[in-house]
Amino acid sequence: MDKTTEELLGIVSDWSGKFQGAYNIRENGACAGRQSSANIQIDSKTDAPGLVIHIKPGTMGETVYIPACVTHGDIDDLVYNDFYVGEGADVIIVAGCGVHTDDGHDARHNGIHRFILGKGARVLYKEKHIGTGSGTGMKRIDPVTDVIMDEDSYLEMDTIQISGVDSSIRKTSAKLGKGAKLVVKERLLTDGTETASTDFDVVLEGDDSGVDIVSRSVARGNSYQEYHSKISGNCRCTGHSECDAILADNGRVNAAPELFAGNLDASLIHEAAIGKIAGEQIVKLQTLGLTEQQAEEKIIEGFLRG
Amino acid sequence: MLELKNISWSLPGGEKILENVSLEIPSGKLTVITGPNGGGKTSLAKLIAGLEQPDSGRIFLDGEDITDWDMTKRSLSGIGYAFQQPVRFKGLTVRDLLELAAMRTLEESELCDYLGKVGLCAQEYIDRVVDASLSGGEAKRIEIASVLAKKDAKVLVFDEPEAGIDLWSFSSLIDAFEKLKVTEHKSLLIISHQERILEISDYIAVIADGHVRTLGEKSEILPTLFSEEKAVRCPLGKDTEEGI
Repeated sequence: MDKTTEELLGIVSDWSGKFQGAYNIRENGACAGRQSSANIQIDSKTDAPGLVIHIKPGTMGETVYIPACVTHGDIDDLVYNDFYVGEGADVIIVAGCGVHTDDGHDARHNGIHRFILGKGARVLYKEKHIGTGSGTGMKRIDPVTDVIMDEDSYLEMDTIQISGVDSSIRKTSAKLGKGAKLVVKERLLTDGTETASTDFDVVLEGDDSGVDIVSRSVARGNSYQEYHSKISGNCRCTGHSECDAILADNGRVNAAPELFAGNLDASLIHEAAIGKIAGEQIVKLQTLGLTEQQAEEKIIEGFLRG
Repeated sequence: MLELKNISWSLPGGEKILENVSLEIPSGKLTVITGPNGGGKTSLAKLIAGLEQPDSGRIFLDGEDITDWDMTKRSLSGIGYAFQQPVRFKGLTVRDLLELAAMRTLEESELCDYLGKVGLCAQEYIDRVVDASLSGGEAKRIEIASVLAKKDAKVLVFDEPEAGIDLWSFSSLIDAFEKLKVTEHKSLLIISHQERILEISDYIAVIADGHVRTLGEKSEILPTLFSEEKAVRCPLGKDTEEGI
């Protein structure tokens, strides 16, 4: 495995030389390592690049790792990964992607993930993205996530884009059955001339289903971000979308949450707040001995972590 | 010791808030500033902490002129300031705030100690985010704890610490103030109208209409502070420029 891959794996998927349990490491569009477990079967797709991952019903407490790395320019990696999570399973899926280029060629990873959660299944999905390297080529990550959630299933998506990704377009769509719950925690930091767009389309179809999307972002330098979420409530359901953005320097953010209530018992809320760091927050930390710059860093660090 | 000499300060529009105020805040002593609302007490605290710069006059810490120092430098030199209105942060936890104040990682027992002084149970609070989910009283107590945790503090300024604090927690806080003063020999400056704080003070200054109206030892000031005569006379009483 490439040294850069190992470094990227360490950042995006807590790699420390090996993974426990099921995993597949994707490096520059090829498989750099794979292992299935007794309960989690990973196979190559036959009709497209990517994986089919079957998690047996009732699988408890296992983690499956499927990180992807692009270590140099002139690579445009496209992958389709399908996850079938069996009834009553309770697992963690660690994705994560790092793109690196030291030359003038673009490095891109486009992961299209499809999740089919069985009745009562619970998944914590962790995804961390980063771009590294000093090359002038664009570092791009464009993830697509499609989710189908059966009765009483639960999916928590914890996604974070740390830094260095020049362009990112994220699209997430989900359909929730009766009693299903989707929780999304998105954190995004852009700087320089980076752009990031994130788009959620969630349809609540089963009674007592619910979605909670919280996006926290920081736009620094001359970077630009777009946030769009659409929650459609077609039943007795709850939906909440929150976009909270901090601007620094000449950063710009366009937030457009959208709600559709197609049922009298749909209870939907959206919130969007954009602004610079409150001056009183900086002042408070300065009175504790931090410089203005240290205070800003600490506030942003906490904001993106929280 | 902190010393203010002939401090004057105006709002950007020119309205005079403090005029020719002089005070000494001795080490190992508790000085209470009291007086009617709008008299300039909070402005004085902000000038000490460096949130504002005086139009004229000088501020000295242990004999060194710190008037031109910014907030960071004043803090690093030992001045702590508990805001009257606690600041909320999305994402920063109570532990974060106390560790920033202490400038090191704190053991749970230490966090427990600081939070216990303001009547909070550490286990319930150390990982709470200091945001709008906290009640006003909880936020106020955490604000005070962040100053109690301050590294190498010499002068600690508390702006109305009693606000939003229940009687039981307030007793713990009184004990903490006395310990800071007697055992740790800190200079304490507390802006307060609270009788129990006035009772544990060494010196009392009454500030009204931007002037120090009355100044002296507690034994001298307190007996008459809340009397009808004094209440009327204080805001219009004789100016003093004497330090304590």
